[in-house]
Amino acid sequence: MFLDYLYAAGFAIAGFIFLLLALWVGALVQPKDPSGRKLTTYECGEIPVGQPWSQFNIRFYVFALSFVIFDIETIFLVPWAVVFKDVGVVGYVEMAVFVSVLLLGLAYAWRKGALKWAL
Amino acid sequence: MNWSELLSAPLAFKMLAAAAVVFAIGAVALKNVFHCALSLAAMFFALSGVFVLLDADFLAVVQILVYVGAIVVLMIFAIVLTERITSASVRQTNYLVIPGVLLCIALLAGLVSVIRASSWPSLESGPQQDTIKIIGRQLLSTHVEAFEVASVLLLAALVGAVFLGKEITRK
Amino acid sequence: MLELVLIALVKSVVVLVALLLMVAYLTLMERVVIARIQVRVGPNRVGPFGLLQPIADGIKLLLKEDVIPAQADKYLYVLAPALSFGAAFATFAVIPFGDTVVLWGRRISLGIADVNVGLLYVFAISSLGVYGIVFGAWASNSKYPLLGGLRSAAQMVSYELCLVFSVVGVLMLSDSTSLADVVAGQAKVWYAVLQPVGFLVFLMASFAEVNRLPFDLPEAENELVGGFHTEYSSMKFAMFFLGEYGSMITTSAMITTLYLGGWRGPFFPPVVWFLIKVVAFLFFFIWVRGTLPRFRYDQLMKFGWKVLLPVSIANILVTGLVLAWTS
Repeated sequence: MFLDYLYAAGFAIAGFIFLLLALWVGALVQPKDPSGRKLTTYECGEIPVGQPWSQFNIRFYVFALSFVIFDIETIFLVPWAVVFKDVGVVGYVEMAVFVSVLLLGLAYAWRKGALKWAL
Repeated sequence: MNWSELLSAPLAFKMLAAAAVVFAIGAVALKNVFHCALSLAAMFFALSGVFVLLDADFLAVVQILVYVGAIVVLMIFAIVLTERITSASVRQTNYLVIPGVLLCIALLAGLVSVIRASSWPSLESGPQQDTIKIIGRQLLSTHVEAFEVASVLLLAALVGAVFLGKEITRK
Repeated sequence: MLELVLIALVKSVVVLVALLLMVAYLTLMERVVIARIQVRVGPNRVGPFGLLQPIADGIKLLLKEDVIPAQADKYLYVLAPALSFGAAFATFAVIPFGDTVVLWGRRISLGIADVNVGLLYVFAISSLGVYGIVFGAWASNSKYPLLGGLRSAAQMVSYELCLVFSVVGVLMLSDSTSLADVVAGQAKVWYAVLQPVGFLVFLMASFAEVNRLPFDLPEAENELVGGFHTEYSSMKFAMFFLGEYGSMITTSAMITTLYLGGWRGPFFPPVVWFLIKVVAFLFFFIWVRGTLPRFRYDQLMKFGWKVLLPVSIANILVTGLVLAWTS
């Protein structure tokens, strides 16, 4: 099993070697002239105005926070799912309680309009 | 385990552990907050490699899935959403740096002494094959109370998230 | 020992090259199919039937100047496309693309690695794709990439949830997270038949996960220019595209493995069946792009959180009830 992880890591390393190779070959043959306006950021051909950062919608954060919570729930669901056939009805009820508590949370978020994307 | 695994495991373990320490230091010492978050993610990645070497494959994947894939992403959201603080590099330390370091050293010394003093059960039967099934069964039998309480904890966090979003948008 | 290393090395290189070639010809296939859908001819000048077009594109990208904006965060700017590419390709390591074959007296399993927690490995590694996009957006230090990157990140994490929740139904049937076991479990009947709802949710969520139309908000070119890769040029731009098309291929391979019996099929060798199914899904991806308009961002989030997520959770509960009833 440990060997399989080694293979997977080896595959990733092979990918990175290809990447470095491509960048290196590119650097050999590309023209290099970092000058003038091409070093500014893109703004439809105009000179960029103001700061690149602008005020973002706070909903992004609420969604990210909800994502973390449900992601942790999936971590509990996966070990349950693979042993489901062994644990039977008792396991099902235990998980149903677990999931319904979180569904309650989802319903609350829904009701309070946290899942609505509006300003 | 065959001989090749035995040979390569301890060296890889040391390298991953060292990488984890270096990245952990980076996470608290780098000047750019975004780089700190990246360093933290790299630290979790190295830690998950350590878990793989310890035959705890489920834990290793969960480490990446939850910490790298969710929690550090949440931190990055927070960094991007707050006003641009990366262009000005931030000093991560204040006048409490020396007491902090001392406290950390004391904590480390305490942990090391406890680890050395306690006797560890050694597993005779060799590595477990399907850790995820063992975890699943234990979750639903031995640790079922903790498992159900975890859902309430997650519910509390979700309610908190909803409330936070509502408070801010109202202002 | 040396033999093991050699086999692993050869397998890795062959799979990597095959994936890169597939990505190259996927771009050609996309252009031709989209052209036909829109009653155009499509690329047909470079080589016979335009078959050398992807090579010409690659050489052109290689020869372009690599501009790094002056205010960019140099390290993250270089790291971002690498992460995007790496996340897409490394995922493929655990997907079995054929049965064990005997070559020169050695049994070789077709698949880089058979990991016990293969399915979770796929989600863990592909969740790193978010980093590529956010880093690229942040490092460019520019308006459009930042907008696109944040949108993209929120979209990808939301739909990743739907993916994982819909897969739990498959896990309940297969009793294992190893993808080899998932394929073995579909010897009699495909999981797409036993898990129709989970299959549909997974299919729809994967469109959002790989940022394809109708969910291609991150790079909605008429409002965000190019999204997170606006400031990228030359090979780094190519890396982002290799990553994006690579993740299309790995996603198709995942759908095939999880719901359509993987490499199983009559008459043809397993690898051929695997390729047929994957290419069929890639064609479907392109077909959908040629057919559907783009969602609005609020519709996208609403669809993910208020439709797909509850449906996939309900799917788990119903699957559990049926399984408990029948056993």
